[in-house]
Amino acid sequence: MYMLRIMSTLAWRNLWRNHRRTIIMISAITIGVWAMIFMTALMRGMVNEMVRDGIRALPGHVQIHGRGFLDDPGINNLLPMKDEDVTASFDAAGFDAWAGRIRVPAVVTSERDSRGITLYGIDPVRERDITFVAGDIVEGRFLEDADDSGVVIGRKLADNLETELGKRIVIMSQDPDNEIADRGFRIVGIFEARLEAYETSMLFAGKSAIQKMLNVPDRINEVVVLGDDYRNVDPVVRKVTDLVGPGVEVLPWYEVDSYLGTMMTVMDGFVLVWMIVVFLALSFGLVNTLVMAVFERVREIGLMMALGMRPTSILLQIVIESLLLLLLGLLIGNVLAGATVYWLRDGIDISVVAAGMEMFGASSLLYPQLTAHDVVLANVVVLILGSIASLSPAWRASRYDPIEAITKV
Amino acid sequence: MNIVLRLAWRNLWRYPRRTWLTTGAMIFSNVLLVFMISIQIGTYGLMIDNTLEALTGHLQIQAPGYKDDLKMRQVVPDAISLAASVREGLNLQTVSARGAAFALASSEDRSYGIQVLGVEPMFEPGVSSLPGLTKEGRYLDDANAAEIVIGSVLARNLRVSIGGELTLLGSGRDGSIAAGIVTVVGVFHGGNKELDRGIAEVPIGYFEDTFDMQGAAHQIVINAGDYSKTEQLVQQANALLPADSKLVVHDWNALQPGLRQAIQADMGSAIFMYAVLVVLVAFSVLNTQLMSVLERTREFGIVMALGLTPGRLGRLVMLETALMGLVGLVMGSVLGGIVTSLFTVKGIYVPGMEEMAGQFNLPSRMYPQVSALTLIAGPGIVFLFTLLAAIYPAMRLHWLQPVAAMRAA
Repeated sequence: MYMLRIMSTLAWRNLWRNHRRTIIMISAITIGVWAMIFMTALMRGMVNEMVRDGIRALPGHVQIHGRGFLDDPGINNLLPMKDEDVTASFDAAGFDAWAGRIRVPAVVTSERDSRGITLYGIDPVRERDITFVAGDIVEGRFLEDADDSGVVIGRKLADNLETELGKRIVIMSQDPDNEIADRGFRIVGIFEARLEAYETSMLFAGKSAIQKMLNVPDRINEVVVLGDDYRNVDPVVRKVTDLVGPGVEVLPWYEVDSYLGTMMTVMDGFVLVWMIVVFLALSFGLVNTLVMAVFERVREIGLMMALGMRPTSILLQIVIESLLLLLLGLLIGNVLAGATVYWLRDGIDISVVAAGMEMFGASSLLYPQLTAHDVVLANVVVLILGSIASLSPAWRASRYDPIEAITKV
Repeated sequence: MNIVLRLAWRNLWRYPRRTWLTTGAMIFSNVLLVFMISIQIGTYGLMIDNTLEALTGHLQIQAPGYKDDLKMRQVVPDAISLAASVREGLNLQTVSARGAAFALASSEDRSYGIQVLGVEPMFEPGVSSLPGLTKEGRYLDDANAAEIVIGSVLARNLRVSIGGELTLLGSGRDGSIAAGIVTVVGVFHGGNKELDRGIAEVPIGYFEDTFDMQGAAHQIVINAGDYSKTEQLVQQANALLPADSKLVVHDWNALQPGLRQAIQADMGSAIFMYAVLVVLVAFSVLNTQLMSVLERTREFGIVMALGLTPGRLGRLVMLETALMGLVGLVMGSVLGGIVTSLFTVKGIYVPGMEEMAGQFNLPSRMYPQVSALTLIAGPGIVFLFTLLAAIYPAMRLHWLQPVAAMRAA
């Protein structure tokens, strides 16, 4: 322990013998660490927002369908159990939030134009915690209950149809016998979403009203369940599977929307690769600094060895010197990255490329997101790889022959 | 060889380890830059072409406002004859008129809302890849027949096959009900879910009768062959429009704003990453050159006392840096070129790529494209910043006092 303290003192003082070099190296490490963490925070922020939005817009955390629904999401793949049985069993199971829906492709027609959309027959009270629309109504109101005879449509769809709040539209779809089912609805609310695609493709109506229109009383074709964390939905999947038994499909969100799902995995891979690349770019400078530090101290090292210092202590001294360098850089880099993220907490507006971000499925306001996991990862990567990189110069220093080293010019 | 050049070269190799570590940082960054930029260039071109060739084409003639509102009554009058005259005026066969409407398509057991395109069977293959992807059955061949070609997912969902009948129900140009019965003659596999699920094509003559278009259509699609020719064709097409018409010519960027912006957003994040790499290399160089100047203080003092001006010494330091940078540039470019070329044939596969790539109409493998530009762009910038980093060490020589310098430890 005592040795370690001496080694650390020596290393610390050695570090400041050539303060210019040390400061340059610390700056480089700082920039590297800052870039690692900040870039990761940006990407994380983007992907998490995408996933959250995606989950809020559609799947919940876990979805339950009749088999074949994903391929053919329509009226013909109803859940085998009745709506009221689902209600009874899911309410008893005590989920954070869940809702039954009837979701079918439909054509909506105004006086002026018609569009193809996805019609959601929902139970507004339950959906409040799940669907984004409830909070994003900009005109009018959200649906009040499952019997509500109004519809809520997106701003862009309303514009396309040249219709507005209070006007009537006709929705056409098919019942299970493929008879055209249509009905007029009054627009009671208009929502805005962060992605235009949601605004043009989603239309919400009361569940009972839609069941009546489609002639499927007391039946639904989708149940969505929200757990407490979208990163950890497997327990919810298990619980739901136990509840509903075989015969229906229980899918976590990342299988329902596989683009979002892979986005998360690809992201994790990217974060690690990015950190390692930055570290490698740094490592050349780090090793260089240590090599120089050892080189200009050859005589001194020889002297210390001649006086009885063990090679291990020399090795330790150099490694500690390198660790101190890294720790200083990490400290400043972390603080700087944290400060940058804090400074940008209101989001970065990149609406110049809004349509492009929409292609990614992301919105044009980026919120960098600092996660403990990423910060720890960056620090661990730098410290571990940094120590490994400093081993080679340290090893060389500890292998000097004292006599040769002392007499070296 | 010039004496200064020789001096610089020899100075560089006084400490080979240090020089190699510094050039190592350059080579590492350069290889990475060449590789990444080659992938980007390869991907962007493919992304543009694949996205546009499905339906959009490189430019379109439309009624003003149509591209945003997509309304039935925003028409191009006398579209077929206009398309013919554009074809003649541009001396280009890849020009085709197209009408577009939303309709409910019903088979015996299913109904789906889809987009129905009315196309010129003779010319559509020149502007769209879908006719060529019609592997089952055949593509349309008669401009007036009651026939339809649909996407593969739609065919599956509607449970129809070749020879089956579909009922179309939508609204016509003036808002009246439009209905018709068509025979499925072909099924295309567009490779993109959106297309395969939601698009159907009928002959333009039939389209005009059914949707009461009175000779009008919605778009005249032009395929430029190569997206770089778009601008020139836009000008020519503008000149071909009838003098009194309000029609407008949109290039692909206006038609698919997401495409260029997605590329810009991707480039933005890439540039940030490249900048970090370049800055880290610059710090490495700064460190090395500063050390190499500082350890030669006595030497520089002597040569200055002998009459060498600080300016010449500064140029010597810059020359040393330039030589080192050149080694990094050449080796980085060559190595980067070799590594990248290895992947140009087989492509690069990253697990989870298909999902991501599909979103942008890309194949699941990435094929980097090596060119003079991709070989030089990244390394050139690294070289530039290497030189910039050496300015401070070189400038220090101006403050050197020969007498004090000679006495320096």
